[in-house]
Amino acid sequence: MSTLACKTLAHSAPQAAPLAANVPQARRNWRQYTGTALVLLAAYGLVPAFASPYWLDAILIPFLALALAGVGLNLLTGYAGQLSLGTAAFMAVGAFAAYNFNLRVSGLPLLGSFVLGGLSATVVGLAFGLPSLRLRGFYLAVSTLAAQFFVQWALTKFSWFTNNNASGVIDAPPLVVLGVSLDNPTGRYLLALTIVVLITALVARLVRTQTGHNFIAVRDNELAARVIGVSVLRTKLLAFAISSFIAGIAGVLWAFVYLRTVEPAGFNLDRSFQILFIIIIGGLATIRGAFFGAALIVVFPLLLSRLGALLFGSWFDSGVLDMSQRVVLGVLIISFLIVEPEGLAALWQRLLKKLSWRPHSVA
Amino acid sequence: MADFDFAFLIEVLVGGLLSGVMYSLVAIGFVLIYKTSGVLNFAQGAQLLFAALTFVSLVERGLPFPLALLVTFVVMVLLGLAIERTVLRPLVNQPPITLFMATLGLSYVIEGVAQLLWGTQVHALELGIPDEPIDFHGVLISQFDLFAAGTAAVLVGLLSAFFRYTHVGLAFRAVADDTFAAITVGLRLPRIWATVWATAGVIALAAGLLWGARLGVQFSLSLVVLKALPVLVLGGFDSILGAIVGGLLIGACEKLAEVYLGPYVGGGIESWFAYVLALGFLLVKPGGLYGQKLVERA
Amino acid sequence: MLRMDAIDLSFGGVHALSDVSLSIAAGEIRAVIGPNGAGKSSLVNIITGLYKPDRGSVWHGAQQFAQVPTPRLARLGVARTFQNLALFKGLSARDNVAMGLVDATRSLWVEQLAGWGRARRERHEALQRSDAIIEFLGLSAISSRLVGTLPYGLQKRVELARALVARPRLLLLDEPMAGMTATEKLEMSGFVRAARDTYGTTILLIEHDIGVVLGLSDRVAVLDYGRKIADGTPAEIQRDPAVIDAYLGVAHEEEEGAR
Repeated sequence: MSTLACKTLAHSAPQAAPLAANVPQARRNWRQYTGTALVLLAAYGLVPAFASPYWLDAILIPFLALALAGVGLNLLTGYAGQLSLGTAAFMAVGAFAAYNFNLRVSGLPLLGSFVLGGLSATVVGLAFGLPSLRLRGFYLAVSTLAAQFFVQWALTKFSWFTNNNASGVIDAPPLVVLGVSLDNPTGRYLLALTIVVLITALVARLVRTQTGHNFIAVRDNELAARVIGVSVLRTKLLAFAISSFIAGIAGVLWAFVYLRTVEPAGFNLDRSFQILFIIIIGGLATIRGAFFGAALIVVFPLLLSRLGALLFGSWFDSGVLDMSQRVVLGVLIISFLIVEPEGLAALWQRLLKKLSWRPHSVA
Repeated sequence: MADFDFAFLIEVLVGGLLSGVMYSLVAIGFVLIYKTSGVLNFAQGAQLLFAALTFVSLVERGLPFPLALLVTFVVMVLLGLAIERTVLRPLVNQPPITLFMATLGLSYVIEGVAQLLWGTQVHALELGIPDEPIDFHGVLISQFDLFAAGTAAVLVGLLSAFFRYTHVGLAFRAVADDTFAAITVGLRLPRIWATVWATAGVIALAAGLLWGARLGVQFSLSLVVLKALPVLVLGGFDSILGAIVGGLLIGACEKLAEVYLGPYVGGGIESWFAYVLALGFLLVKPGGLYGQKLVERA
Repeated sequence: MLRMDAIDLSFGGVHALSDVSLSIAAGEIRAVIGPNGAGKSSLVNIITGLYKPDRGSVWHGAQQFAQVPTPRLARLGVARTFQNLALFKGLSARDNVAMGLVDATRSLWVEQLAGWGRARRERHEALQRSDAIIEFLGLSAISSRLVGTLPYGLQKRVELARALVARPRLLLLDEPMAGMTATEKLEMSGFVRAARDTYGTTILLIEHDIGVVLGLSDRVAVLDYGRKIADGTPAEIQRDPAVIDAYLGVAHEEEEGAR
């Protein structure tokens, strides 16, 4: 029996002091509130004033869209412990559904098509996810891969989705909300920002509720959760449904607000992996993790290409860049999983602790 | 129905089965690692690509076939050992989902390094098999497919025998069954796992050569591994027999679907059919045909 | 309160349980002891519906089951702890305990998200009840800590709290003393007895530490190789020659070693 105790002790030994980021407290302390308020202030006030259109269009907007996808995936994989490899497929469904609803339903407000895009993603998600959510293990990964390949095939094959457009690529509709045209970099940025902030706030609230705790319980010990009365299947389905919805909205953002075109190519398997990497590096089961991860993923290729050109000159072409990106990304993932499984979010917490001038409380 | 082309049906079926044997070979690499360490090694495809690229590049640089094969063999074994040491061992107590994600990262590293080392162009891999089809009673069978399937079948047979009849194979199975008990009887886990990963590397080499010869050595080779996942769902994640039967089933059904159902929906269903088939299977027989029914010790 | 009739359970060729019958009266502390592999955990798993017996049935109160439906356990008033500790590492001690009341939650996720009315009341009540149990078991100091950071003994106590918070009619404790020091065992025994005395919970205790069991329980059943070899009061069990043969001889040495 004592070896079992040792095993359990090994599991319960802390790698670091309990992180506030991981304990969904019922009430957050004032420091976190001020922190969030400051970030929001900067995001709404400073950024539009000082950021160039390039920064808005090429960096911040994709950052927001990817971060949102990350928030959605994190809910499913980080909090509820169900691995999905098909996030991009649900983003694609969201984008194309929103486009088609917008096109074919006259008088539908823009935000309405956003919501319908998200709901369509949920429906598709549940269709693929249902067979495997009843089971444990890697089955959901296989299901979501099925969704990934099927959705990409269907969207490319059936020209109805692209309104029979010859090139298979379509333009996003004009961005008009409540009569105000948002078709400029600042407008697009604010639209994306508001949607992302809203959904993130709701998710942050959700993980602190009993439902959110149910997600964590199913992740941490599905058997015990079942025994105490959590309906495990319903919990997993809910996590999957909400996560797909958010991924759908992120897809609409990606297509309507960032790229301004809607095509299947950008929603491939690599994109799904990218979102997964975002939350692994950023920090699983944290809300801010998706943002840290997305920031890294968006900025990283730019940095790498500059650095590569500096160090290696013309040998460092786009092929080399692609491959180096893969290697560094892979190394980052493995390193984070080994050294800091709680990702950048945890590193950030530690940094804050070091910088704070309050004495450490004795744990 | 009188003029239903049975010969063609057989042709398609045989082609699918031969394909299936090759899937089985890849799937067995998965089963090997999953059975003994509970890790679903997503990097199997990357290892496949790495092996094929290394071999083909050595041959192109003038190394004779057997020497290139030997060098690649050694490289793959070393790679397998390195993976076990640097990635798996530090993560040994983590939940399966973490390990899977680590292999995901690993696949990126291996793919990237392979192509940084050897370049991103497509290479043709010549194994010396003529490409003319054999005519067997009116049914055309690709010689290459036959050879590949034959080789794969031999390897599969060898591996099964290995598992069953050798000491090392027995040790693998012991570790797979009950890691704790295996330690108790004195089996050295790190050594076993190192061997497992080295073996998986060798399987990747074999599969890489066969698939590379068939499809050409290019980046998409690493995606072949993805087809192994439906095979595992059908056959059970921890059964070699299941990998064989599952591979055959998937290979055959996929080909048949592409040829007979494909035209109705515009073709190209090979990209997803295997998965949807696996999904459907999950509704009916979740454990897979031969997967062990795990008894939960609460 | 609980009855098991002629239970048979086999895994492959191994007979985990052979013709085992057991009854538990309301309000008593019942123990099932036996060496490792005697089938004790299998018994608990049958009671909680994780295994289906090959033969025999289980009675929870007046309801008979061939296989106990696990999702309805809470509704039946049954709670359990696990041999290998089944806490939710990502939650604090308090939230873990509050999870014990999840079956009583009626509000939907949207209601909880909005945070008004029913959801708010339920949450408030759940936290109050959790705090009460936490205090009862002396865990107030660590209630906001992540359970993964707590020492083993405290984790076991949190698990007990989680099982108790729903005021179950029947509480199954699967080796609650495993891995504990002698002092911790005494403490835990005290809590178990207090749980019965204060809340009137019927308790089924699976243990293999004889000393603990004899002092704590009203009746004891002894299993050996899947068969019940004795059933009676602690005093009767101590004198039963079959038990002494199979078990107490060894346990006696354990006790000596533990002091």
